[in-house]
Amino acid sequence: MRTAFILSASQAIHAAIVANEAEIESLDRAIGDGDHYVNMRRASEMIASMQSELDDQPVDVVLNKIGMKLLSTLGGASGPLFASFFMAMGKTAKENGHESLLQTAAAFAAGVQAIIQRGKAGLGEKTMLDVLIPASTTFTTLAAQDKPAKEIAEALKKTADEGLESTRNLIATKGRAAGLGERAIGHLDAGAKSCQVMIHTVCDLVLKG
Amino acid sequence: MKKFLNKVDNMLVESLSGFGTAHADLVSVNFEPTFVTRKNKAKNKVVLISGGGSGHEPLHAGYVGKGMLDAACPGQVFTSPTPDQMLAVAEATHADKGVLFIVKNYAGDVMNFEMAAEMLPFEHATVLTSDDCAVINSTYTTGRRGVAGTVIVEKCVGSLAETGADLQTCKALGDKINQRTASIGVALTSCTVPANGKPTFDISETELEMGVGIHGEPGRRREAMREADAIVGDMVAAIVADFTAKNLPLKGEILLLVNGLGATPLMELYLIYNTAAKLLGAHGCQIARSLVGNYTTAIDMAGASITVCLLDEEIKQHWDSEVHTPALRWGC
Repeated sequence: MRTAFILSASQAIHAAIVANEAEIESLDRAIGDGDHYVNMRRASEMIASMQSELDDQPVDVVLNKIGMKLLSTLGGASGPLFASFFMAMGKTAKENGHESLLQTAAAFAAGVQAIIQRGKAGLGEKTMLDVLIPASTTFTTLAAQDKPAKEIAEALKKTADEGLESTRNLIATKGRAAGLGERAIGHLDAGAKSCQVMIHTVCDLVLKG
Repeated sequence: MKKFLNKVDNMLVESLSGFGTAHADLVSVNFEPTFVTRKNKAKNKVVLISGGGSGHEPLHAGYVGKGMLDAACPGQVFTSPTPDQMLAVAEATHADKGVLFIVKNYAGDVMNFEMAAEMLPFEHATVLTSDDCAVINSTYTTGRRGVAGTVIVEKCVGSLAETGADLQTCKALGDKINQRTASIGVALTSCTVPANGKPTFDISETELEMGVGIHGEPGRRREAMREADAIVGDMVAAIVADFTAKNLPLKGEILLLVNGLGATPLMELYLIYNTAAKLLGAHGCQIARSLVGNYTTAIDMAGASITVCLLDEEIKQHWDSEVHTPALRWGC
């Protein structure tokens, strides 16, 4: 993982969020409260616009700055969750390095762990973690097996798809849909959808590269 | 969507600017970061800070002033404010006796206030409000939501803080009121988040949403529209059942708050009050205090919530004390 990659990923993620507006928004309207797309667009736009401030900075500083920016501007549940993700990722990148795929997977895993802790949520609660936890496991496992980047990227896209789909038949126990009980069944979680979109986008960059 | 707005991204700033000018005798509005404080900073008291997504006006900024909050942090519409707002406002207002955050129980609000609390260089505590009895099976979820009962917590704890009470005493009163308060809301229409431009949920002319939250998040169930007495009867029954489940029988003096969610006229709110008061009276309650109006809204939703607080002498005394804020004023 290098700064230039993070910066092009942030541009691509912004474009992908905007391209998926209709789907993310309709999922949030179905079982959320209707602000998720707007906040994702606001956040991704903001990070994409940090380009000049970040472009000659080391990876850990870039990740930490993205986290701090999200913490101070995003709000909602997404703000502290994504902020914790990037800040933990930055901290691990600084301590353990970020050059190899295994180090990148470790940083990603630390980020996901920070979301688990901050959100006090786990697998099967109909949240973004239903995409992120399996993705982190896949990434760590394949990186440990020294698989090539493109193979890992393909596997991560598939894991993200399966994770997203797994939210369809879950009852939400965290987040705004938690009041719905069985009525949430049959709907995908909007936060899980955004994470699937972001993972696809980053993986597609790896596959193209 | 038909709303009074210029540019949707400027809506919050323009509205808060108007609020600040209209109530310049009571409050000051700060931008970057966004917060609202009392015009005259209080001295030597526990500082009460609340905040939450915008769209629930007058909650919370409307309750900043003597006898209630010291400050409020408005977030984007239906989106929690951020920790830097809370830290900056705590720095600007703290008065040597600690900071009490009053937070509605929503994941975003809880996490942002939690991160602010972790960074706060002063003594602090948090009262989490969770008066909404619509969310069932709360053991397995994020838990009950904080809704209109928050106003009662802010009013009474605000009164106690003015007397110079310490942080833990203020927190204890807030927790007690929260425990003794239950609310339930009903929506007849959806609200429209301005940045989205379309209704958050679809609901037909012949339906209502029982147990709706203050962001238009769905409630207990979709039901058929019926006459007001039947709807209010179900709402009161849910509140009574909630007190029973808490082993706190609903008898004796209560405060009855009928709250509009934004687009329901006072005429209908008083009609709801009329039925609710009769039903609660028949149940063995004396309605000792009442409040009817738009106090915790969901932008432009047609609908209402009923809140019952089981009073005791301490709560009643602090409810009655002097308050002077943009949205609540009595005794002065």
